[in-house]
Amino acid sequence: MRYEAPKTLEQALALLAGANGKARVLAGGTDLLIQMRSGRADPELVVDIKAIAEMRSIAVDAGSYRVGAALSCMELIENDAFASTWPGIVDGAKYIGSIQVKGRATLGGNLCNASPAADGVPALIAAGALACIAGPQGRREVPVEEFVTGPGKTLLAPGELVVSLLLPRRAPHSGDAYLRFTPRTEMDIAVVGAAVNLTLDDRGICSHARVSLGAVAARALLVPEAAAALIGTKVDAAVLARLSAAASAACRPIDDKRGTKEFRIKVAGVMAERSGKIALERAGRYD
Amino acid sequence: MSRNHVSTTVNGDQVEFLCETEQTLLEALRDELRLTGTKEGCGTGDCGACSVMVDGRLVCSCLMLAVEAKGKSIETIEGMAEGEALHPLQRKFIEHAALQCGICTPGILIAARALLDRNPDPSEAEVRLWLAGNLCRCTGYHKIVDAVLDAAREMRGG
Amino acid sequence: MAAMLKYEKKDLKIVGTRPPRPDGVDKVTGRARFGADYNLPGQLIGKVLRSPHAHARIKSIDASAALTLAGVKAVVTRDDFAEMPDEMAAVGELMINFRDVTRNMMAREKVLYDGHPLAAVAAVSESVARAALALIEVEYEILPHVIDVVEAMRPGAPLLNENQYTAGVKPKPDHPSNVAKRLEFGCGDVAAGFKQADVIIAREFNTKPVHQGYIEPQACLASYSADGQAELWTSTQGHFVFRAQCAKVLQMDVSKIRVTPTEIGGGFGGKNNIYNEALAIALSRKSNHPVKMVMTREEVFRGTGPTPGANVKVKIGCTKDGKITAAEAELNFQAGAFPGSPVNQASMCAFTRYDLANVRVVGNDVVVNRPKVAAYRAPGAPIAVFGVESVIDEMAKKLGIDPIEFRLKNAAKEGTQTYYGPKLGSIGYIQTLEAARAHPHYSAPLGPNQGRGVATGFWFNIGNETTCSLNLQEDGTLTLNLGTVDVAGGSRAAMAMMVAEELGIEFERVRPFVGDTSTLGFNFLTAGSRSTFASGMACVIAARQVIEILRQRVAKIREVPLEAVAWKDGRAQPVDASVAQFAPMSLPEIARMAGKTGGTVAGHAEINAQGAGPGFGTHIVDVEVDRQTGSVKILRYTVVQDVGKAIHPAYVEGQLQGGAVQGIGWALNEEYVYGDDGVLQNPGFLDYRIPVASDLPRIDTVIVEVPNPNHPYGVRGCGEVPIISPMAAIANAIENAIGVRLLQQPFSPPRVLKAITDAAAATR
Repeated sequence: MRYEAPKTLEQALALLAGANGKARVLAGGTDLLIQMRSGRADPELVVDIKAIAEMRSIAVDAGSYRVGAALSCMELIENDAFASTWPGIVDGAKYIGSIQVKGRATLGGNLCNASPAADGVPALIAAGALACIAGPQGRREVPVEEFVTGPGKTLLAPGELVVSLLLPRRAPHSGDAYLRFTPRTEMDIAVVGAAVNLTLDDRGICSHARVSLGAVAARALLVPEAAAALIGTKVDAAVLARLSAAASAACRPIDDKRGTKEFRIKVAGVMAERSGKIALERAGRYD
Repeated sequence: MSRNHVSTTVNGDQVEFLCETEQTLLEALRDELRLTGTKEGCGTGDCGACSVMVDGRLVCSCLMLAVEAKGKSIETIEGMAEGEALHPLQRKFIEHAALQCGICTPGILIAARALLDRNPDPSEAEVRLWLAGNLCRCTGYHKIVDAVLDAAREMRGG
Repeated sequence: MAAMLKYEKKDLKIVGTRPPRPDGVDKVTGRARFGADYNLPGQLIGKVLRSPHAHARIKSIDASAALTLAGVKAVVTRDDFAEMPDEMAAVGELMINFRDVTRNMMAREKVLYDGHPLAAVAAVSESVARAALALIEVEYEILPHVIDVVEAMRPGAPLLNENQYTAGVKPKPDHPSNVAKRLEFGCGDVAAGFKQADVIIAREFNTKPVHQGYIEPQACLASYSADGQAELWTSTQGHFVFRAQCAKVLQMDVSKIRVTPTEIGGGFGGKNNIYNEALAIALSRKSNHPVKMVMTREEVFRGTGPTPGANVKVKIGCTKDGKITAAEAELNFQAGAFPGSPVNQASMCAFTRYDLANVRVVGNDVVVNRPKVAAYRAPGAPIAVFGVESVIDEMAKKLGIDPIEFRLKNAAKEGTQTYYGPKLGSIGYIQTLEAARAHPHYSAPLGPNQGRGVATGFWFNIGNETTCSLNLQEDGTLTLNLGTVDVAGGSRAAMAMMVAEELGIEFERVRPFVGDTSTLGFNFLTAGSRSTFASGMACVIAARQVIEILRQRVAKIREVPLEAVAWKDGRAQPVDASVAQFAPMSLPEIARMAGKTGGTVAGHAEINAQGAGPGFGTHIVDVEVDRQTGSVKILRYTVVQDVGKAIHPAYVEGQLQGGAVQGIGWALNEEYVYGDDGVLQNPGFLDYRIPVASDLPRIDTVIVEVPNPNHPYGVRGCGEVPIISPMAAIANAIENAIGVRLLQQPFSPPRVLKAITDAAAATR
C-alpha cells in the first residue's frame, strides 16, 4: 500500500485518476483505518487530503458558509460563529465519537462513509447543504440528501471527491437541532437520528422547515411530510405530535444488533419531536 | 516490501523510524520507538487507551497511520512528567487512588490534561463527557473524576 | 506449617490509612510494563487461526502452504499437543478438566464455537503472520449448533459431546446430553414450607453472557531454550496456575517453566486460564525464537470466556407478616463449549443471605456452542441473585413491607445454618442492612418516573495456598516477595502495610513485589477475594517470624536473655527495666550485623489459608426511566458492604465502586449478540457496551467493619460482593419507577420500552 499527501486538489485528483479505482481518500481515517483493519477495505493507494488548504478551511461568503470537507469535527465545534449559526449541524458533529475521534473525524468523511446511521448527515440535509464535488470531469454540486445512495454507497464517480459542504444563508429566527438515540450517553452508533431545521417569520409562524431522519432506512431521509406538519404553524405541542407521527410513518428501518424495527419507528417519532422543540427554541433566539 | 521512513517529533525529541504503510501510529510508537506507555485496548478507537496528542489535538493513535506522523509534534504519556516532577494530574491520580490496574491510566491522563489545558475549570459533567472516550473497567470512574477536579483546582491556584 | 492467626483488636498506625500505592508512579508515567510491553530480541509474532463456525467437525487441517511463506518460522496444530486424560483441577473458583483445557486451547476433533482456535503460526511480523493464517486450509463438516441454554437441554438438541452423560443423575442416563452435570442443594421440606405460605411468588429470569471487559487483551511472550526450559511473561491472575496448566498440556516438568506475571490490565476472573500461553511456548520451541502473542479485542470476545448466560426460576413462599417459609430455585447455566459453569457457586449464593428452614436449589451445567465460560467476579452469584432479590422485592411489596425491613426479618446471622453445609460465623449482613436504611440516600425524595431499588449480596470468599517471603536488606529496609498477583486492587500495598504495622516501621520501608514462579512455592491465583485475606495472613506470619529472629539476634548482640527483648515501635527494646537493660536496636542496626550474627534475617510462609470470612453487601440505587424511549438513567448509587477490616480504605472503596459499575453495565447494556448462524455479532467495545464516564453518577460507599475472627486484622475479602446486587437493585428500582418488572437482562432501552408498552396494553 502506498501513501501520498498531496498539497493541492489537482494533485489529489491526478493521484485518484491514476489509481484505477484502487485508491481511497484519507481524511480523518476514523472509518477507513477500522475498515482496513477488518479487511473490508484494502486500497493500493491512500491519498491523504489533509494538506490541501481549501479542504480544511471554513469561510463565510455573504452569509453562506463553506465548510472544507476535511475540517475536523473538533475544529468545527470550536468555531463559535458557525456553531451559533448552525447549532444543529454542530450537534451532529458532536456525536461523531469521542473527543479523540472528533479530533480527526470530518463531516466530509462521515458523509462519504455513507453509514445509514451517520450522525453528521441528517442535520446537513435539514440545512439544505450541498456537497461540492471535484473530479476528472470538473466540479459539481449535489444536495446532500441525494449524495448517499445506499449503505456505504455514494454517487461519487471514480476519481471524484468531496471538497466542501456549502450551506445556504441563514434567515433570521432560524434554528436547527439534531438528536439521536443511543443506549449509552456517548460512544454508540445512533439507533435513530432526527434533525429539524426551521425558520419562523415575524409572527412566530414557521415559514420554512426541513426534517431529516437517520438510521431508519438505507440512507438518511429527507421527510417532506414531517416538514409540512410544521410549516404554517406556531409549532405548538399538537404540531410537534404530528411531526412525531409523520417521522415514525416515514421510517423504513431494519432489525439489527442496535435496535429493532418497532423500537426505531417509535423512537424516531420521539426524537423528531424533541429535536423540533430544540430547533424552535433556538429559532426564537437567533437573529 | 519496502518500508517508509518517518521523521517526527515525540515529546520534544526528533525521532525517526521505519514502518509499513498500514501500520498505525500506535504500533509505531510501541513497536518501532519502544514507547510502550501508550496502550492498545481495542484497536478501533472505542476505548481511548491509545490516546496521544498530535499537534496539540487529542486523538486515538490507533486511528492514525504512522506515516501521517511526518513533521508532526506528538506527545505521549512518557512526556507528561518533567523528570521526577510529576504533572499535577499524575500526582492527584495517585493521591486519590484514581487508578487500579493502570492500563487505562496513560490514556486518561493525556485526555484529562487536554481538557484542563482548554478548560481550566470544568464541571463534573464536563469532565465525564470529555472522558467518555476513555474506558475504565476497574474504578467506575468515581475517583478519576475526583482526581481531575482536584488537579484542576490546584492548577488554577486554588 | 504455621498455624492460622486469629483476630486481635489493637491500636493501628498504618492499617486503615491511605498511603500511595507502590506501583502508582510507574502506572501514571507509562513505565509499568503490562503483557504486551515486553519484548525480546529476535522475537516472532504469533497469531491464531480461529473457527468461523459455531459447530463443525474438523476433517483436515493443512498448514503446508503457510510454512512455505517467507518469514513464517513455525506452525502448530492439534498434532503438536498430546491428548490429555480426564483430570480435574481448580482454577480460581471454578474447576477445569485438562482434557478440555487442551481442546479449548486448540481444537482436536471439532470446533465448538465461533472463535475456537485451530492452529497458530509464528512469523517475523504481524502482517506475515496474518498472511500465513490465510494460507492454512481447513476442511469442515458443518454441524447444527445450539447456543440457548433451554434449547440445549431439550432432548434432540445438537450434541457437543456424544460421550457426555449428565453427572449427578441417578440412575445414569442412557442418552448423552448437553447437560454435563446436575446438582442439588437443600434443607428441610420445601413442599411443606410452601403449604405454610400465605403468598407464593414464582418468576422466571433470563440473562445473557457478559464479558469481564478488562481493557488489556491477553498478552504473553514465551522463550524456549534448547535445554528444554521455558520462560514466559504473561498477563495473568495466577502465574503458578498458568505454569501448572502449561506444564501439563506441554508435558514439561513444572520447574522447567518460569512464569513472570506482568502488570495485569484487569482480569476479574477472565485471566485465570491459559489461552495462548502454551501455544506461544510450543511455537517458541518449534521456531527456536521467542514468540510474542497479543490478542486483538475481537479475539478477546470471540475466544476468551465470558460468564454464562442463564435461565433462572425462583419461587418463594412467605407468611403475610413477612417470614419466608420456603425458597426454591432452578439454575440452568450455559458453560460454553466445555463443562464448568459456576452453577455450583451460584447455587450456594442464591439464598444464603436468609435464615431459611426449607430450601431447594437445583443447578444444571449445560454446554452450548459458545466460548467456554470463565470466572467473572463472584462467578454465578449475580445471575442467581438477580432472580432471588427480584422475587424478594416483589414479595415485600406485595405484603406491604419495606424492602430492608423484609430482609431484616429473614436475615442470616452468626450461627445461621446454610443450606449447602457450613454454619455462618461472625458476619455483618444485618449491619449492612441497617447502615443502608440509616443512609440519607434511603430517604431522599424522588421525582416523577424515578424509583429506588435495594438488593443484597453474599460471597463466601476463599483462602487457599499462599506463599511469601520477607527479607531484611542490609540497610534495614525490607523486600516482600508475594506469590499472589496484585490484579489491581492494590493488594501489594495492603500487604506492605500489614508488614509495616507488624514491625512498627514506616510503610515506605517495606517494598512489595510479585516474584516469578522460581522464587516461591505454589501460590493460588488471585480470585475469590482472597489476596488481602490469605496473602495478608501469610505476610503477617512471615513478619512475626522476622520479629522472632530479630529478637534472637538482639539477645545475642546485647547478651541478654531472649525473654528480655521486646519488639516495640519498630525497635528491639527491653521488655522491662527490671528484667534487663540494654540499648534499643533499630532495624538498620540489626541488619548491619546480620551477617555476623547468623546471616540474613528473613521470614516466610507457605500456608493454605483457612477461615476466609464471607462478605455481605446492601446496595441502594435510584433510577429515572424515560417512558418514551425506555432509557434507564442511574441517578444515585450507594454501596454498603462489610469488609471485615479495610486495610487501605481507598482501595476498598475502589473495589466497591468498580464492582458496582460492572454490575450496572451488566444490568443495563452488556450482552453477547449472536446471529442465527451462531456467530458473534458484537466482538468489540462499540457494540459491546460497557459504561462510560458520562453514563454514571458518583458511587457512594459505606464500609462496614465486622472483623473476621480468623484473620489477624479481621480482613474479609471485598472484591467480589459489589458486583452481585446491581442487576436486582436496578430491576427493583425500575419496577418502583414505572411499575414494570424486567425479567430479562440487560434492561436495554428496547426491552424496557417493550415492557412499558406491553404493560400499558395489558391494562387497557
